[in-house]
Amino acid sequence: MLGVQLGELLAGAPAGVDEALDVVTGFDDALVHGFARLGEERAAALAALAGALAATPLGERAGEAAEKVAAGSVSDEHLAALAGGRAALFGAVHDALLGRLDAALGRSRAAWKPSAATAEVAGNLLGGCRVWLRELAIAGWRGVDHDLVSASDQTLDALLAVPELRGAAVLLDGLAAELRASCPVATMERLPVRRWADLWTRGLLLSQAGAWHGGAEPVSGRLLLLGADVHEHGTVVRVQVHAILEPAGGSPSRLVRTSLAAAKVDTIAGPAVWRLMSGYPVLLGALAGHLSVEITDMPLLRGGDLVWKEERARAGEAADPFATARVRLGEALAPAVPPLDRHPVRIAEPVLVEGYTADGGSFDLGGHTLDVDLDRLPACGPLTPELVAASSSCLGLMRWDGGRWLLQPLAVQATVKRKPVAAHNGDWALGPTDPKVVKAEARAGDVVAVLRERAGRLLRR
Amino acid sequence: MVDADRTAWERRSVVRVIPPVEPRKLAKVPFVELADGRLQGVVSSGSDIARVYVSSITAGTHAFACSTNNNRPCGAVHSSPCKHLHALADEAVLQYGLDRVARYLRVEVPEGASLMSCMSGPPERTPAAVVFSRFLRHLAYLEMPDSTEPLTELHWFPAMGTVR
Repeated sequence: MLGVQLGELLAGAPAGVDEALDVVTGFDDALVHGFARLGEERAAALAALAGALAATPLGERAGEAAEKVAAGSVSDEHLAALAGGRAALFGAVHDALLGRLDAALGRSRAAWKPSAATAEVAGNLLGGCRVWLRELAIAGWRGVDHDLVSASDQTLDALLAVPELRGAAVLLDGLAAELRASCPVATMERLPVRRWADLWTRGLLLSQAGAWHGGAEPVSGRLLLLGADVHEHGTVVRVQVHAILEPAGGSPSRLVRTSLAAAKVDTIAGPAVWRLMSGYPVLLGALAGHLSVEITDMPLLRGGDLVWKEERARAGEAADPFATARVRLGEALAPAVPPLDRHPVRIAEPVLVEGYTADGGSFDLGGHTLDVDLDRLPACGPLTPELVAASSSCLGLMRWDGGRWLLQPLAVQATVKRKPVAAHNGDWALGPTDPKVVKAEARAGDVVAVLRERAGRLLRR
Repeated sequence: MVDADRTAWERRSVVRVIPPVEPRKLAKVPFVELADGRLQGVVSSGSDIARVYVSSITAGTHAFACSTNNNRPCGAVHSSPCKHLHALADEAVLQYGLDRVARYLRVEVPEGASLMSCMSGPPERTPAAVVFSRFLRHLAYLEMPDSTEPLTELHWFPAMGTVR
């Protein structure tokens, strides 16, 4: 990304974004206090949400839902309409932002092709999710107590056991843990209002008919890795690898993502999380060793997600992610975004930034300031704020949250003690390479092995 | 300004809500949590690898309990806490930090004092089953299969580094 491109990106928010978010803020405030006690002002906020959608196919249903909920009838159907309305507003914001970013970067993006393929899912489990989400909406975040959080336990246990519903399970498990840690919510000083409303909305959409990946096509070719983005809460860790796929047969190269997620507990953190993914030596080896990967007939979903199959991958030649980004990133075709995934939080566009002056938490690039998200340097990798501050090149993801663009570093090239160094999030995928970190790990012992031993001995089979 | 900061925080999709836990050895005390109004957890027996003790300290009253997972009282708990309770408290302080544990239990800990020395609650009988089943639920996560689905939901949960 060049200074002039950054300048174009930062030149004012796209039209309508602030207005759309204001409407969302009103709705989110209603969720704080609960639909059982709306009052006039918050009932008006629900009506405003419906009003913003009046000209859309959702308008009529959202309008009816706002009216009925304000009158005290909080049904699944009405909540689904309101959640759909809130998601649609974020979809519009997402499109405006991503369109602006694509235009600034000169990135071309595939158009979405709808598909009819939807799998059957366990309806009773989703019903259980909807019941819990409805109780949350009625009580409001301020009304959440231990009993209301614990009411989700059984549903969550059952949900986690169904692979196709894993997305809903990790989402609701994460929300429940945050609510549990915040109990009683009524006494909290500040609430993550936007965040919890986002999670509630997403949960409600997922609990209608499960996930919405659509169909997949098998792809083969060479995968050039760009970097690893790590996601984590108490009971899950996920590595999402961004890469460029050079399809066999010479069609144009494409930007893709591929994911490994493993269940865990909160005491497994830092570099130990990689041990949970030891069943994927090809992908972890490619991350740690900066290798390309040859894939054969791996399913590629329409949203650009490669569903990783270890047995259909083998390690290729050395490929430096910075070289990949310099040479190939500009021409790669970006994937379409699945309609229901359109939310600014999903914007994670790989960019290469060079020729900047680093100043603490931001880069000055051609006179424009790009904020760097230093909170997002995972403990399982070698990146530190000091390395970022000493860097001269940064491979990262463009993100947007709280009204501003942020760069999330995935890798940096820096000069430390007059020597050039490079550090990538995935460098420790086969174990830490920094002697200090190795030592700290040894002190804590193999936590994964300890807990697996306890599980083997104590869990009833 | 403080209000503006708060509003900005409340309008972000990605903020940290749960403070990170510090890494610690798990061999002796595999499970610790601040939940249900108690500091509670599971302590492995030093002599029998198939036995564990369920120990807890109640917030506010500081009443303490320790029994085996089969609900047999720990022989060492009388009017004062046993070594399992001491181990539980020590590991909780490692995992959550002294401040967070003391705040949860509502106990004043003067500079340099140990957590256990500042509490003098009575012994009590609490059923071990609830805590033990929470521990089993905790362990069950380790047996869950991996997933290579896109899991878009996880964009709300970035890995945020702890201070190294």
